[in-house]
Amino acid sequence: MADKKIRVLIAKPGLDGHDRGAKIIARALRDAGMEVIYTGLRQTPEMIASAAVQEDVDVIGLSILSGAHNTLCPRLMDLLREKHMDDVTVLIGGIIPEADIPALKKGGIAEVFLPGTPTQAIVDFIRQRTSTAPKGAPSLRPGPA
Amino acid sequence: MAEKIGEKIADPLKRNSAAEREARRSPSKAERDWEEKTLKPTLEKSPERPADFTTVSSYPIRRLYTEADLPDWNPERDLGYPGEPPYTRGIHSTMYRGRLWTMRQFAGFGAAEDTNRRFRYLLSQGQTGLSVAFDLPTLMGYDSDHALSEGEVGKCGVAISSLADMETLFDKIPLSDVTTSMTINSPASVIWAMYLAVAEKQGADWRKISGTLQNDILKEYIAQKEYIYPPEPSMRLVIDTFEFGTKHTPRFNPISVSGYHIREAGSTAIQEAAFTLRDGIEYVEWGIRRGLEVDEFVPRLSFFFNAHNDFFEEIAKYRAARRIWYKTMRERFGAKSPRSWALRFHTQTAGCSLTAQQPYNNVVRTALQALAAVLGGTQSLHTNSLDEAWALPTEFAATVALRTQQIIAHESGVTNTADPLGGSYFVETLTNEIERGAWDYIEKIDALGGMVPAIERAYPQREIAEAAYRYQVAVDRKDKIIVGVNDYVAQEKPLDILQIDETVAEGQTQRLRKLRAERSNDEVARRLAALRKAAAGTENTMPYIYEAVKAYATLGEICDTLRDVFGVYEEVAIT
Repeated sequence: MADKKIRVLIAKPGLDGHDRGAKIIARALRDAGMEVIYTGLRQTPEMIASAAVQEDVDVIGLSILSGAHNTLCPRLMDLLREKHMDDVTVLIGGIIPEADIPALKKGGIAEVFLPGTPTQAIVDFIRQRTSTAPKGAPSLRPGPA
Repeated sequence: MAEKIGEKIADPLKRNSAAEREARRSPSKAERDWEEKTLKPTLEKSPERPADFTTVSSYPIRRLYTEADLPDWNPERDLGYPGEPPYTRGIHSTMYRGRLWTMRQFAGFGAAEDTNRRFRYLLSQGQTGLSVAFDLPTLMGYDSDHALSEGEVGKCGVAISSLADMETLFDKIPLSDVTTSMTINSPASVIWAMYLAVAEKQGADWRKISGTLQNDILKEYIAQKEYIYPPEPSMRLVIDTFEFGTKHTPRFNPISVSGYHIREAGSTAIQEAAFTLRDGIEYVEWGIRRGLEVDEFVPRLSFFFNAHNDFFEEIAKYRAARRIWYKTMRERFGAKSPRSWALRFHTQTAGCSLTAQQPYNNVVRTALQALAAVLGGTQSLHTNSLDEAWALPTEFAATVALRTQQIIAHESGVTNTADPLGGSYFVETLTNEIERGAWDYIEKIDALGGMVPAIERAYPQREIAEAAYRYQVAVDRKDKIIVGVNDYVAQEKPLDILQIDETVAEGQTQRLRKLRAERSNDEVARRLAALRKAAAGTENTMPYIYEAVKAYATLGEICDTLRDVFGVYEEVAIT
């Protein structure tokens, strides 16, 4: 195992309450040996950025199904830059139209995981990005087929 | 194909009735002979596929069902006849020969005028009832111009901030002629008051208008999480609508007790049936405590179930749910009216089963799910559109979804007879087992002191999260195959999807500014003060909400008034 556990903040921004995905990912990452903090529901970008600083996380996983990603994500990324947290890997999981993905990535989102992504693909992506995975750990390309 | 059958994770469903059933089973001589002479040589020559022969809820299914699976089954008692107790075969004696189910497509996006246009299109295409999807700010009791509404206005449904928006939503749609279902929960009484105000302005008789308010706050705490106030005052608001409806709108269903969202959150079929029916019991208990007569308000309670992928499990679930409700109403509450005994329900095909990959396959999934709902005797049905794993449906996708129902209704032949699967060894066994599994849960929740204490202890939430995770693990291991997702994967072109732009929010903000400038703000303040007083006391809040709505107080203003009095709820998040 890696020396230091990868710290992940799983957050539900916006007004949506559908938390099935967020909870499954939180559990899968924890089962994979990561330290997972779940914000709970209805977090503003300000709350998420503060939690990320406070918890000193390596990764932020945003679960968004409501269509509000184009508003919420750029605001969070601005706040992270203000707080000098640009090195944090920010991921989105949820219902995101493919046409929106390039702009999100340009804005600093490391990856967008769409419905149907195996949890292992997300684990592998995080390990690879944070480079604390044991040497030779397999890596998968995430995203839909 | 399943590559490997990994070590199975512990499943409570597997220990109870299925194991018991096997132990109790005593096959006839003929069945034993078949096993010996026909089955055994076949298995020796060609073993069965290494597949997981379980339902989508991981419930184990036998190779064959025979009379040995129904040892205590009494068709007169357990099956009965359509329109008669225990309603296993449906709640109407003629079922779909008399009247088809209501084809009710859930729709809502953008501003009220956008959705009004879609409604009028759907009605022109043969849809028989309306069903309103509201956007997240509306569901959470915020006006479109609230800071927390930013980015969410008109996205997941239509934005309704005041009676003025509601008037636009139903413009040129006579409420005396259509029935309308409204998917709204925490602010349900406010939205209902707006609907009633539009009806009054159109000159429609409240005693004749019909429709359904979702208004099921318990499943919000359990599954969908769109709650505002704590459980106790929220339940009071629900019972206020029951009481008001009993007096003024005898044909309106003030609640749709919903398993749909419980299932979408990842529950099993048994959990969906059990938690929904136990929620129903909770509402009945609260109604009785308010002093309402069981046979006066219970006939207006309606239900809402999911139609997931597992065809027979779903059919058995609807049949079991009807039987449990009948027994509960009669035995637990002493209801005397058959209208209280008969469980009426709406069905929606499973949104969570839709795949973003190869989206046209969703048409097939939805058709099978819809067929299960019809074979299970649903009263109304929503079929999902093929593009909903990406966005709200386009008009094209919504039309295909409606056509799917019309094909089942008019071409498949399944509407020719009531309960076509009644008497099937498999379906009857599964119906019995779902019923038994659901009773176990209902008893557990009774032992916890009812659904409100169970929710506060996160009992149903935890059971659902467990089941959701188990399912995900099964999919990740390919114990369960999802076509196009973990097998039969293909490259594809992106779909054309519906885009909602930010002009909706701008328009709403302007309309709200105009509304606040033009209405009598003194009257609004007076009406809100009266509501505050009623909410702090014990009076029924509905008449006060109605008066506030008519004065064009906004949804946000009314909900803020109630937030001040009741407080807001924060759940203890479990992961």
